[in-house]
Amino acid sequence: MNWLRSLLLPAQGSAYASEYDTLFLFITLLSAFFFLLIAATAGWFVWRYRRAREQAPTSMVTQSLALELTWTLIPLAIVMGIFFWSLNQYVGASVAPGDAMEIQVTAKKWLWAFEYQNGTRTVNEVHIPVGKPVKFVMSSEDVIHSFFVPSMRLKQDVLPNRYTELWFTPTTTGMHTLLCAEYCGRSHSDMLGKIWVDDDATFQKWLEEGDESTRTMPLKELGKMLYESRGCSTCHSIDGTRGDGPSLRNVFAHDIKLADGKTVIADANYIRESILEPQAKIVLGYEPIMPTFQGLLREREILALIEFIRSLN
Amino acid sequence: MAEGTNYLTETRGLKSWLFTVDHKRIGVMYFWSIMTALFLGGVFAMLVRIELLTPRQTIMSAETYNRMFTLHGAVMVFLVLIPSIAATLGNFVLPLMLGAKDVAFPRLNLASYWIYVAGALFGLYSMIAGGIETGWTFYTPYSTSAGGGVTPMVLAAFILGFSSIFTGINFIATIHKLRAPGLTWFKMPLFVWGMYATSIIQVLATPILGITLILLLMERMFQIGIFDARLGGDPLLFQHFFWFYSHPVVYIMILPGMAIMSEVIPVFSRKTIFGYKAIAFSSIAIAVVGFFVWGHHMFVSGQSPLAGAIFSFLTFLVAIPSAIKVFNWLATMYKGSISLEAPMLYAISFLLLFAIGGLTGLFLGSIATDVHLHDTYFVVAHFHFVMFGGTVIAFLAGIHYWWPKMFGRMYSEKWARVSAVLVFVGFNLTFIPQFIMGSRGMPRRYYNYLPQFQPMHVASTIGSWVLGLGFLIMAGYLFASLRKPYDAPSNPWGGATLEWETASPPITHNFETTPAVTHGPYDYAALRSDA
Ligand code: HEC
Ligand SMILES: [Cu+2]
Ligand SMILES: [Cu+2]
Repeated sequence: MNWLRSLLLPAQGSAYASEYDTLFLFITLLSAFFFLLIAATAGWFVWRYRRAREQAPTSMVTQSLALELTWTLIPLAIVMGIFFWSLNQYVGASVAPGDAMEIQVTAKKWLWAFEYQNGTRTVNEVHIPVGKPVKFVMSSEDVIHSFFVPSMRLKQDVLPNRYTELWFTPTTTGMHTLLCAEYCGRSHSDMLGKIWVDDDATFQKWLEEGDESTRTMPLKELGKMLYESRGCSTCHSIDGTRGDGPSLRNVFAHDIKLADGKTVIADANYIRESILEPQAKIVLGYEPIMPTFQGLLREREILALIEFIRSLN
Repeated sequence: MAEGTNYLTETRGLKSWLFTVDHKRIGVMYFWSIMTALFLGGVFAMLVRIELLTPRQTIMSAETYNRMFTLHGAVMVFLVLIPSIAATLGNFVLPLMLGAKDVAFPRLNLASYWIYVAGALFGLYSMIAGGIETGWTFYTPYSTSAGGGVTPMVLAAFILGFSSIFTGINFIATIHKLRAPGLTWFKMPLFVWGMYATSIIQVLATPILGITLILLLMERMFQIGIFDARLGGDPLLFQHFFWFYSHPVVYIMILPGMAIMSEVIPVFSRKTIFGYKAIAFSSIAIAVVGFFVWGHHMFVSGQSPLAGAIFSFLTFLVAIPSAIKVFNWLATMYKGSISLEAPMLYAISFLLLFAIGGLTGLFLGSIATDVHLHDTYFVVAHFHFVMFGGTVIAFLAGIHYWWPKMFGRMYSEKWARVSAVLVFVGFNLTFIPQFIMGSRGMPRRYYNYLPQFQPMHVASTIGSWVLGLGFLIMAGYLFASLRKPYDAPSNPWGGATLEWETASPPITHNFETTPAVTHGPYDYAALRSDA
C-alpha cells in the first residue's frame, strides 16, 4: 500500500498524518471496491443482455424488498463505520495538549506574521522544535485566509473577528510548506510560508539569535532574499512594472510625488519610514494598503532592504 | 412523422416565439439560451485550464485569472446547471408526460424565461462593470470590499432566483392538477417524481439565497454591519446562509439528472424500472435531508466541532438514497434487452462518473479526512464529477433522448457515439489528475502553483481539449440534423410514457385528444401487444 500512499498523499510530518493516511487509504480501497463492483456489473449486463432482436422478451421482476433492504443497510453500516472512525480521529486531535508551545499568527493580504512568546517576530517563516506540540493561535487583519500544512494533514480558516487554533506535533525535521487555502484575492497563490522543524538545540539557538543568514549574509543579498520571503514581491516589482504598490526600481534618491501634493526625496530615512510606518506618507496614485513591518524586521534586515532597493537603480 | 403543422411551424416570426405561452417553445428558448451560457462558461473554463499549463503566468494576469474562474463558476452554476434540465427538458416533457395541454401557469412560465434572460444579462454586465473576482461563492468579507462587478453579479443571482422559483411553483401545480385521467401518483413516470422533488427545493431554498444576497448588497452599499467584522458583523454567518441554499442547490442540479436516468435506462433496457417506489421516495428523502447538511462545507471554517460532527453524520445519511438509486438502475438492466444508442451511452457514463463523484464524497463528508482535502483540487474534482459527470451528462442523455421529440429529426447516431466517447475520455483525463493533485495538497483558485504539480495540470488541460472536441462534434451533428426535413417517428426508442404517443414534433396542444392511461410508464410488454 505504500506506493498508493506516496502516489496520493504528500510526505508525513507527524504521527497524526500517518493515522490520517490509514483512514484515507481505507476509504480509497473501499471506494475502489464499490466502483469496480458497479462498473463490472454494468459492463457485464450490457454485454450479457445486449439486444439481439427487437422483440426479445425481458424479465418481469420489478421489485424486491429483500434486495432494497440489502443495498440500503449494507452501505448504511459502512458509512456509519467511517463516520465514527473519522469522528474519533477528529475529536482526538482537536484539543491541543496544555504544554503546547504557543505561536501567534496574523494573516493579512498576502503574508503570514508570527510572534513567539518571547517577542520574536517573523514573516512567512517559522521555526519550531521537533517532537514538541506547537499551537498556532490565529487571526486575520482583513479577509478570511486559511492556514494549510499538507504534511500535517491540517487546515484551519483564519478569521477577522475571532481566534482560531491549529496544533500539531512535528516528527520529522526539515521544511514543511504552509499555504493559504481560502481564496483571498490577487496574490492568494503567493501567500506561502515555510515551517522549519529543527532539532531542539538548533531551535533554541535560532530563537535567541535569529537566522544565521540574518547575521552573516552580505546586506544586498539578504535584502533580496527578504524582498521575496517577506512578501514585498507580491505588491512591488523590481523591473518597473506597476503592481498594487509602486515598483521599487529607480526609487532610491529619486523624487517621489505624494498623495498630499508634496514631493520628497527617497533617501534611506524615507525608505525606512515606508517600511515601518507605511501610512505616514502615501505615494500619489496608490491605495494605503501596505501593511506595517514594525517589529517584524530586525535592524540589520531593514538596512539590508534599503541596500537592496538602492541597488535597483 | 409530422404531417400538417406542429408547434414549431404553427405560427412564425420572432414575436410568435418571444411572446409564446407554449411550454414546448419556452423549453426550446431555454434550451438555446442555456446552450449559449454553457458555451460561454466552457470558454472561460478552457482559458483557466490554458493559464494553468505553467506554474507562473501563461496567458493572463492574476486578476484576469481570478475573474475567469469566478465567471466560469457563476455562469455554470446560475445560468447552466440550476435551470438546465428542469427549464428545458422539464418544461418540454413534463406536461406531455402528464397528458396535459400545457403547464398550470403558462404566463408565469414565460415570465420565468424573461427573468432568466434579464438575470443573465446582468451577470454578463458585471464583466464590464469592473469585473468580479470573488469566486462564485461571494464569501464575506472579501466580497463586501471587492470591486465594482460584485453588485451586478449578486443582483443577477438574485433575479435568477425568481426564475427558478417560478418554474418550481409551476411544476408543483402542474403535477398536482393536470395529470391525465387515470394517471395516479404511482403511475407517473419517475422523471415527474424527480421534477416534483426538485421543484420543492427550488421553492423552499431559493428565497434564502435571495435574502442572503440582499443582505450582502446592503452590506456593500450601506455598511449595515451584518457580515463585515470591522462593522461588528460575522463573516461566518454569510457562509451559513450561503450554504443553507447552496447545498440544497446541488440537489436542484442532480435530482433532475437522476430523473432522466430513470427514464433512459428502462427504455433502452426494455424493462420495467426496478424499485419504482424506492426511487421515487429516495428523491423525496434527498430533498428533505439535503436541507440539513450545509455545514459540511464549513468543517474548517471555525464552526464548533459538535456542529461539524452532526453535519458529518447527516451528510453520510443523505448519501444512502443516491446509492439506492444506483443499485436500482443496475437492477433494471438485469435480464433486460439492452441497446447502446447515444442516450444509453450517456446513461452508462453517468453511472460510472456519478459513482466516482459519490464515492469521493465519502472522503469529504468524513470530518477528519475533509480537513486536509477542503479547498483543494480534490474538492474541485469531486464536484465536477457530480455536476458534470452527473448533471451535464444526464442533460446530454436527455437531449439525445428527446431530441427527436423536440425537433422532429434524428441526429447522426455514429457521430453521437464518437462524441459521447470523447466527452467521457476527455472528462476523466481532465479531472482524475485533479483528485491526485488535491490530495497531495494543491489548493484551489491558485494562479501560481508549486512546480511539482505541473505534469498533472498539463494532463488536465489536455483533457479539457479532448472534452472541448467532443462538444464541438456534438454541436456539429445536432445542427446538421436541424437542416434535414422531419424524419423522426413518433416513438423512435420504444418508450412507454405518454410523450411518445403524440407526433414528433407534437402539435401545439400536445395531443389530438386527451390520452387515456392504459398502461404503466415502463410497461413495454403492453406496448408490444398494442402494436
Ligand atoms: C500589500 C501590498 C504591499 C506589501 C506586501 C508591501 N508593500 Fe510597500 N507599498 C505598497 C503600496 C500600495 C505602496 C504605495 C502607497 C504608500 O506609500 O503607502 C507602498 C510603498 C512602498 C515604498 C515607497 C515606494 C515609493 O515609490 O515611494 C517602499 C520603499 C516600500 N513600499 C517597501 C516595501 C517593502 C520593503 C516591503 C516588504 C518588506 C513592502 N513594501 C511590502 C504595498 C505593499
Ligand atoms: Cu488566500
Ligand atoms: Cu454540500
